[in-house]
Amino acid sequence: METIQKKAEEGITSELALVQAAKKGDLEAFSELVKRYDRNVFRIAQHITHNEEDAQDVVQDAFLKAFQNLEQFQGNSKFYTWLVRIAVNEALMRLRRRRNDRTVSLDEDVETEDGAIPREVADWSPNPEQLYGTSELGDILKKTIQGLSPGFRTVFVLRDVEGLSTEETAEMLGLSVPAVKSRLLRARLQLRERLAKYFKSKRGGDGQQ
Amino acid sequence: MKCKQFLQELTDYLDGKISENLKAELDEHLLWCHECHVVLDTTKKTIEIYRDNQIYELPEDLRSRLHQAIMTKCRKSHHDKKSGH
Repeated sequence: METIQKKAEEGITSELALVQAAKKGDLEAFSELVKRYDRNVFRIAQHITHNEEDAQDVVQDAFLKAFQNLEQFQGNSKFYTWLVRIAVNEALMRLRRRRNDRTVSLDEDVETEDGAIPREVADWSPNPEQLYGTSELGDILKKTIQGLSPGFRTVFVLRDVEGLSTEETAEMLGLSVPAVKSRLLRARLQLRERLAKYFKSKRGGDGQQ
Repeated sequence: MKCKQFLQELTDYLDGKISENLKAELDEHLLWCHECHVVLDTTKKTIEIYRDNQIYELPEDLRSRLHQAIMTKCRKSHHDKKSGH
């Protein structure tokens, strides 16, 4: 019993303990933090940059920057929130560089009406995912989300794919809660509109399959 | 309630973050408005599809290469910082 209780306590404090140890130069502790979050950082970086090479660089640079700046991490927020904020900035920077475009930012496309008013109102097939093979479905999902502006897809990925709260997403992106909500609505509606052409029921708008 | 108002509340409705009263109003709208019903249902499916099909998984071999590269850089940075003092 004692051991179980001890383990549970360790589970709660471990992230903070790992961060504290890493701040003192414990590389093993930092290695644990990398293992804990590398998959998430990679996914987020891939979604923003659309480029595997860039995503790999983002993962490396974000963790290195986090390590080098650990002293500045105050512990007011979760380590993960702080880390993702670094990773998102790195990813946007690489996207800008690749596109040779300084205008890429989380603020672009806010005023667009694209997808804000639903045009496609036909029912979808009851099991849309089963209409395609795994790799074909993956291609459809990639192509569709890549069509969103960086600001919209970043909010969608953090909120709906990674499952973070609106407040956490706002903190990570340096946006207000209403700004996150408005981007999330637009992102969801635009994706829905674009996926409809692949998933709508073959019999059209009668809602029956 | 009009469809436009329904849309404005769609995100909070899907996230379950609305008051009982507003939820009742939205549910009533859904009873007779087939278009909003479809938009709600397909938006929900859109989110589920992206959540259930992770399209960018990190392969294990790449993961271990990245991990090694990160730790090598961190070790170097730590060493440089220490020797700089």
